[in-house]
Amino acid sequence: MSVAKYVIAATADFPAGTRRLVEVDGRAIVVFNVRGEYFALLNRCPHNGGSLAEGVVTGLVQSAAPGAYQYTRQGEIIRCPWHGWEFDIKTGKSFCSAIRARARPFPVHVEDGGALVEGPYRAETIPVHIEDAYVVLEA
Amino acid sequence: MIEKLTGIADCDIHPAVRSMADLEPWLSTRWIEHFKTYGALRNTHYVTGAPYHKSQPNASRRDAYPPEGGPQGSSLEFMRTQHLDGNGIGFGVLNPLVASQGVRNLEHSAALCRAINHWQAEMWVAKEPRLKASIVVPYEDPEASAEEISHWAGNRAFVQVLLLSRTSFPPGNKRYWPIYGAAAEAGLPVGIHAFGNSGWPATSSGWPSFYMEEMVGHAQTSQSGLVSLVVEGVFERWPSLKVVLVESGFTWAPSLMWRLDRNWKILRSEVPQLTLSPSEYIRRNVWWTSQPLDEPENKRLLADIFAWLGWDRIMFSSDYPHWDFDDPTRVIAFPASDEDRRKFFIGNAHGVYGV
Repeated sequence: MSVAKYVIAATADFPAGTRRLVEVDGRAIVVFNVRGEYFALLNRCPHNGGSLAEGVVTGLVQSAAPGAYQYTRQGEIIRCPWHGWEFDIKTGKSFCSAIRARARPFPVHVEDGGALVEGPYRAETIPVHIEDAYVVLEA
Repeated sequence: MIEKLTGIADCDIHPAVRSMADLEPWLSTRWIEHFKTYGALRNTHYVTGAPYHKSQPNASRRDAYPPEGGPQGSSLEFMRTQHLDGNGIGFGVLNPLVASQGVRNLEHSAALCRAINHWQAEMWVAKEPRLKASIVVPYEDPEASAEEISHWAGNRAFVQVLLLSRTSFPPGNKRYWPIYGAAAEAGLPVGIHAFGNSGWPATSSGWPSFYMEEMVGHAQTSQSGLVSLVVEGVFERWPSLKVVLVESGFTWAPSLMWRLDRNWKILRSEVPQLTLSPSEYIRRNVWWTSQPLDEPENKRLLADIFAWLGWDRIMFSSDYPHWDFDDPTRVIAFPASDEDRRKFFIGNAHGVYGV
């Protein structure tokens, strides 16, 4: 399958801490804005297919030893709304050593409107203005 | 190519009330006022709700909130769209876990159970022919439970009697026999679903610290309950009684049955009421629902257990809308024949529930 580029939204319409569920070429993909950086995962938990878009964005609690706990990565972990499997939004990887499956990541980047209007992008539903920046998904 | 099944039987669906006020049409003013003033106390000491927080809100999928509001499982319309239509369910057994069974005030418990049974029949089954109800009984009052069963016996909205696994005494104890007698007389299976408020810890070693221990503990609760039913002679007394163990696993069954049989050979003089070996009773009288299906690294190990226990004894259940839901398209992740899959997903439940 060839990779195409999709304009998801203007960055101004897609603020930090939010997510969007988009459908491109028959695939549901969830795009997250984590403190200004955009990341995308196939919206299908590798465990049983739950919709990650409806999960809680949370942090990572880790423990080096019983009694020692660290809470890190706040806002960077997605927890499946079904069985609670957790994945790193940035990589799709799990931190549970028993989970080898990975939520499938897709590249996302921000481009200026000026570059977009010239390139082979699919932006039928989103009007692109040269002066704005856009979230572009490659899938 | 795996056959795509429709008309799947789901042996564990949980309808929810939007609030306890949903039950008021079938409660007397006496019990409506009692509930508002005093609540419904259960044997969960020091707490009025569940002893463990349930990982997801209402122990349910976060994507199962009905669009019109209310908790997951409270909208028939959304259950139809998301689950019955969405997952190809042709027959579903309702197991309401609405606070009622195990309420310490036994008359209150009986009143709540009666109201829940009306609510199931009138608000769910009458409106959706794919759904069937369970007779919820106040099991700590076995005589009242038997009356409740007799009250609904013959009503085709109901396909089983619902008990929870954590009763105050082991479920085979003679005090509960009126329940099994009434169920056998009505020709209804007894479904024993994980959970309950017994006043006892979920484990036989005391109160655990974590919800995870409770989740795993359902298997051991169910094992001790099954041992009690067998050894006390419930299946000897009612040879046609069907018991369905719901949501507490079955991969432990081989080890339990081997251990029971070994001890029966040694100790049969202690339990002369048993004319068959324990495993023979279990193979004759007991069925199992699948969810939550264990997930060994090598999924084919599950196939061995299905084969050993019998593809005709295990029935698909989803637990919708609860958070540990099993998806019918994902649950059998190992090679299985179309014939076995059809038994598991459809045929066994129709046979057990007589629909």
